[in-house]
Amino acid sequence: MSKRLGATVRPLVESGIAVLIGIVAGGFLMLAFGYDPIRAYTALLIGAFGSTAGILESLAFATPLMVTAVTFAVGVRAALFNIGAEGQMYLGAMGATIVGGAILLPAGLHLITATIFAMCLGALWALPAAILKIWRGVHEVVSTIMLNWMAFWFVTYLVRTYFGEPGRAERAIPALPTARYPIIGETLTAMILVVVAFCIAVTILLWRTGIGFELRLVGDNPQAAKYAGGSSRRAILVSFLVGGLAAGLAGASQILGRPPSWTLYATMGNVLNLGFEGIGVALIGRNHPVGGVFAAIFYGGLSHGGRFMEYHVGVASELVDAINGIIVIALAMPEIVAIIRRRRES
Amino acid sequence: MTIPRRLQWYLIGVVVVSVLMYVISLAGLGVPRLIETGLLAMTPLALAAIGECLNEQAGTVNVGMEGIFLITAVLGVYWAEVFDSGLYGLLLGSATGAVIGLVFGLICVYGKANQVIAGMGLNLLALGLGPYLLMSIWAFPGIHIFPRELMFQPMYFSMGDGYFSISPVTIAAIVLSVLAYLLLKRTLLGIRIRAAGENPIAVDVAGVSVGHIRLSMCIVGGALAGLGGAFMPLGWFGGVVKEISAGRGFIALAAVVFAGLEPLLALVAAFIFGFSEGLAYTVVVSPGVKEIVPFYFVQMAPYAVTLLVLTAAIGRKRLPRALGRPYVRE
Repeated sequence: MSKRLGATVRPLVESGIAVLIGIVAGGFLMLAFGYDPIRAYTALLIGAFGSTAGILESLAFATPLMVTAVTFAVGVRAALFNIGAEGQMYLGAMGATIVGGAILLPAGLHLITATIFAMCLGALWALPAAILKIWRGVHEVVSTIMLNWMAFWFVTYLVRTYFGEPGRAERAIPALPTARYPIIGETLTAMILVVVAFCIAVTILLWRTGIGFELRLVGDNPQAAKYAGGSSRRAILVSFLVGGLAAGLAGASQILGRPPSWTLYATMGNVLNLGFEGIGVALIGRNHPVGGVFAAIFYGGLSHGGRFMEYHVGVASELVDAINGIIVIALAMPEIVAIIRRRRES
Repeated sequence: MTIPRRLQWYLIGVVVVSVLMYVISLAGLGVPRLIETGLLAMTPLALAAIGECLNEQAGTVNVGMEGIFLITAVLGVYWAEVFDSGLYGLLLGSATGAVIGLVFGLICVYGKANQVIAGMGLNLLALGLGPYLLMSIWAFPGIHIFPRELMFQPMYFSMGDGYFSISPVTIAAIVLSVLAYLLLKRTLLGIRIRAAGENPIAVDVAGVSVGHIRLSMCIVGGALAGLGGAFMPLGWFGGVVKEISAGRGFIALAAVVFAGLEPLLALVAAFIFGFSEGLAYTVVVSPGVKEIVPFYFVQMAPYAVTLLVLTAAIGRKRLPRALGRPYVRE
């Protein structure tokens, strides 16, 4: 019993320590430029979770991160380092814009079609990386980043040309009212329910189905997977495709489920970096889709609260992304808990 | 066995480049300007790739070069403005990169970190730290243009009725790739570096610290990437913006993979990738071409070329056996 408890608590402790390191290091970065970290973090915390409106808004920020975290997590489970969520998410956002804004469909059907089309485009953009990995052994770190940048320019092209809103060069046509998720409060929409359901579905896929078992086995021990008759090619393909669907959903969430714009900006301003932030979220959530949901709420709070930090204390809100990076570096060190424990004992 | 294959690659490269040059001159584009741009684009890629070759030969992978590029590009400009000199900007940018390399090395060697995750963490850190520094130093989120006098000037050679310019940093990158090659293949230290990546136990038994070798290569790798990062604004663009690295750290990584950790081949790969970028810039501004090919597709070219070259070339190299694994004494 206590061993089992230890297995559950230890990862939480590790994540907690890493988050603490990130926040302390962020404080030093503020001190370096003469800001008061205590005031800044207080403003952040109160802004993010100090009111109902703040909590709703933080959840709205968390929504896309929950699924971009799945992209990375499902990759890690198959021993892949899939950092292509960013580009796949752009494609998803574009897909949602195309079906949501340029096609007329009845109310319920429109929403479903737009969401599914967005997810499929995300998966489609993940496919080249999967094929190159399986066929030629091209490392996914390089291939997915190249695909991210190609996606950036391709989607910018589409927004600036065929799908631009007439008279407003800076953005694409907005999703029609029939393709918008109902608003719960502030900018939070029912999209969050779809996203959480997707995370649970991926959890079931990974831990309750044969293909999920195969995927995790390939990730843990490719040799054993081979003897057990598992196919690493199939596992890699499934991992990339599920990741692509997740990233596509993340893109859709910002178009069909995020007032007030309901559309994609040509600078990608409203979706930029969501894919990369998902990497940190996945690692804080210990590469578990449900863990990622909670980590995303934490990170959504940082993102939303960061704006208050900027408004009240003047600290640029980009600092939040820097904290994310430091947390990831801290989490890369498995020894960190052991080092701290040893120090305490001596 | 390996030498003829390498020669093959060089020959293919030379033929491809010559054919391209011929086509380009037929199309009426300026070949010297094109090569100049190609060499400029090559320089940061080559510097980072050479450093990463040494780094990986010793057994540490650093996928965080993109992050080092971004941080040192911003800080390089900052140092240049503080000391009122482009050269100081380059040198201190390189020193900044060395410090980042040192910290990364400590985390990987003594923290026994998962190197890919730590490197990605470095990239994510830069994704936030770059814009944060831009905002905190110059209080402006967009492009920061520094005074023209701070640009690190290239050397000009007269050539027929025109001229040809090349940055001393580019020449340094070429020289460094040869030095790195000689270091690895012809010196005792080079043997130790390669052994640290191949068989760290043997290095340890011989009484040489694996940790020190790996750490010093991390510092060298960081310093070279830092020089490349500072070169981008100070020797090339004339300004700094938060998207300045634009995936180049990963293109450098692709060059390392393509080269199978050989510094000379890494230089060739960096030239191919840099040249494709230079070609893209030339096409963008060429009358007759720019009307047909959308600007956005031209922007994709360097990434597509990287992916294609990597796909064509991969699968024939072997990497050091202990690459990416922390050394634990038993």
